Amino acid sequence: MLRKQLRPAVMLTLLLCVITGLVYPGIVTGLARALFPRQADGSLITSADGAVIGSALIGQPFAKPEYFHPRPSAAGNGYDDTLSGGTNLGPTSAKLADTLIAQAVDSAIKNDGARKGSVPSDLATSSASGLDPHISPANAFLQVARVARARHADSSAVRAIVQKHLEDRQFGFFGEPRVNVLLLNLDLDHTLPVHPAP
Amino acid sequence: MTANGWFQIALFSAALLVITKPLGIYVLKVYDGSMRWLAPLERVLYRISGVDRDEEQHWTRYAASMLIFSGASMLLTYAVLRLQQLLPLNPQHMGAVPDRQAFETAASFTTNTNWQSYSGETTMSYFSQMTQLTFHNFASAATGVALAVALARGITRHSAGKLGNFWVDLVRGTLYLFLPLSIILALVFVQQGVIQNFTQYVTVHTVEGAKQLLAMGPVASQEAIKQIGTNGGGFFNANSAHPFENPTPWTNFWQMLAIFAIPAALTCMYGRMANNQKHGWALWAAMFVLFIGGASTAYWAEARGNPIHAARGVDVVASAVNPGGNMEGKEVRFGIANSALFATITTDASCGAVNAMHDSFTPLGGLVPLVNMQLGEVVFGGVGAGLYGMLIMVVLAVFIAGLMVGRTPEYLGKKIQAREVQMAMLFVLIFAGSILVTAAIAAVSPAGLKGLNNAGPHGLSEIIYAFTSTAANNGSAFAGLSGGTYFYNTILGLNMLVGRFAMIVPMIALAGFMAEKRTVPASAGTFPVTTPLFVALLISVILIVGALTFFPALALGPIVEHFLMQAGRLF
Repeated sequence: MLRKQLRPAVMLTLLLCVITGLVYPGIVTGLARALFPRQADGSLITSADGAVIGSALIGQPFAKPEYFHPRPSAAGNGYDDTLSGGTNLGPTSAKLADTLIAQAVDSAIKNDGARKGSVPSDLATSSASGLDPHISPANAFLQVARVARARHADSSAVRAIVQKHLEDRQFGFFGEPRVNVLLLNLDLDHTLPVHPAP
Repeated sequence: MTANGWFQIALFSAALLVITKPLGIYVLKVYDGSMRWLAPLERVLYRISGVDRDEEQHWTRYAASMLIFSGASMLLTYAVLRLQQLLPLNPQHMGAVPDRQAFETAASFTTNTNWQSYSGETTMSYFSQMTQLTFHNFASAATGVALAVALARGITRHSAGKLGNFWVDLVRGTLYLFLPLSIILALVFVQQGVIQNFTQYVTVHTVEGAKQLLAMGPVASQEAIKQIGTNGGGFFNANSAHPFENPTPWTNFWQMLAIFAIPAALTCMYGRMANNQKHGWALWAAMFVLFIGGASTAYWAEARGNPIHAARGVDVVASAVNPGGNMEGKEVRFGIANSALFATITTDASCGAVNAMHDSFTPLGGLVPLVNMQLGEVVFGGVGAGLYGMLIMVVLAVFIAGLMVGRTPEYLGKKIQAREVQMAMLFVLIFAGSILVTAAIAAVSPAGLKGLNNAGPHGLSEIIYAFTSTAANNGSAFAGLSGGTYFYNTILGLNMLVGRFAMIVPMIALAGFMAEKRTVPASAGTFPVTTPLFVALLISVILIVGALTFFPALALGPIVEHFLMQAGRLF
């Protein structure tokens, strides 16, 4: 009885492996390339000289005061796309509460004039992927004054750019309001450059 | 909690209700053989593999076919993972997967678990991802539905123990059900930004002048079947939290709906096979009540946030601009509501994909996924596995109802006797044993404790979660636990095989025993299986079996951690 079962087991393993493991991804790749080539390649953003400066979907590190900062990241040394992941620290972790969150809160108080108790929850915490491209609107508004100072620009001008980049819930209901940090910073460099172009 | 959060949960529920019937009728047609538009391809497959499509298999043969197929496909995967450095489509020059990890991964994907102790972006070649992991996503899902259909046939017909043909069910499920749905869903994903290519990783020169390497790959094709087949194994380490796997709230909505789509449809299919559509909807209702209970609890707990973090200065109160709550391990685009909802769905089903890190949930928020799995993943459940797990619970519920009134229990006109109840109890006990015994071993052995990322009760929760997730073939994790060790690779790999195959055999035996029985007409003493009373009894049996088995372990993990968190205690 078992011998007779061996042939279908082996043959169907191989046949289904070809159909679902090669033909199917091939069909999807062909259709994706034809219909949505930009997305299929990673929604990449290129500079004027053709170099890839980022993906619209993947967060990247920003530390200079003249840029909006993304959330803390546990992916490698921060925003390492080959080491995606979160801190995986639990609710009673001393390291999470007393080191990671305490540091983020302190920095928001010192650099952005945040009040203790009103630090936006996304600002103090690491995302699940470590690559979160977004921050909350509250987080973005909190950083406006610092960015404006560093750029010797008017707060209202910076705030206007943030307003322009506020994304509402998708189709009005799905997800949460947010700001894409990379797109915001690129627009900022374009509209209010730190060093005027020579 | 926000009004919009509740609205999103309601919207999801409504969408689930709407798709149940049309998809259920479609699934029925796939498995009764009336769907024929790929008949030529089907014929070729049967001819090459020597399958007689009209052969009806006895339950022993049906089970043997399934086991041999799973064994053969698992061996192939082990071989390919060990040899991937010699195979094509490997632009990042990934080396061979270490032997224990290759064993565990092969077991993991064959059993529809998709527990991952590796990071996809640093371990797997595109060839391995596609031809092995994507293939298993289809094959294990089609196997699961085939088994559920076999049990449904056993219960609903009188056929001397014969349950259909495993090979035909496997092929038809793959071709007519999973492939078309996956192609459509993959394109929805790509349109929103999920990547699909075979290029090398892309080097980015960031705005501040650093270098960032972007991982690439054929993600969308794997992502679609990962959700529809309730597999859950991410292309990347961060799974559905990674923006290239799940870029927008809209893809997130489809990912959640895809997890529940076929399990919900199977209740409708079953009702029609049993000629009792109301019974199908009664099962749907019992599942839905348990789902909403879990989703609401998780949302409430996560939106409430962590008082320890609030005391450090975090604003946990949600507003129009601040997500509030516990945002550790969550993405801004999904926020609290969609993260809690996703965590509930992925563990109600045997999916295990995550869009937020369960390890960083509040104790009660993390308790929900844990309990969902421990209830046997019968709340819609895995594709096929959810329905057959639920039907085992139905057999127990009907049996208990029979005991209460003192007559031989009947289910859909068939007597439930000693053999059937023995098989149902074996199913329940193997599950409980494979979680508690193995978790206890890990909790007292140095090798088990070495992998922990958190101290205190949360560490115990990490261990319990790992063994629950693997025994239940879920695959989600309290991911702080380093599962990539010799100890965990071995014991978790074995646990997944036990949790799948050792439970399937008594289940399929039960199906065979039922198929041997004649149907007797219902009488005044028959316990009706379409009423709210039945739904309430079924829910009670599920909760009592789960609670009695696992409450002591949960009390030492998440429950005590909840009180310690309230008291501000840190570890």
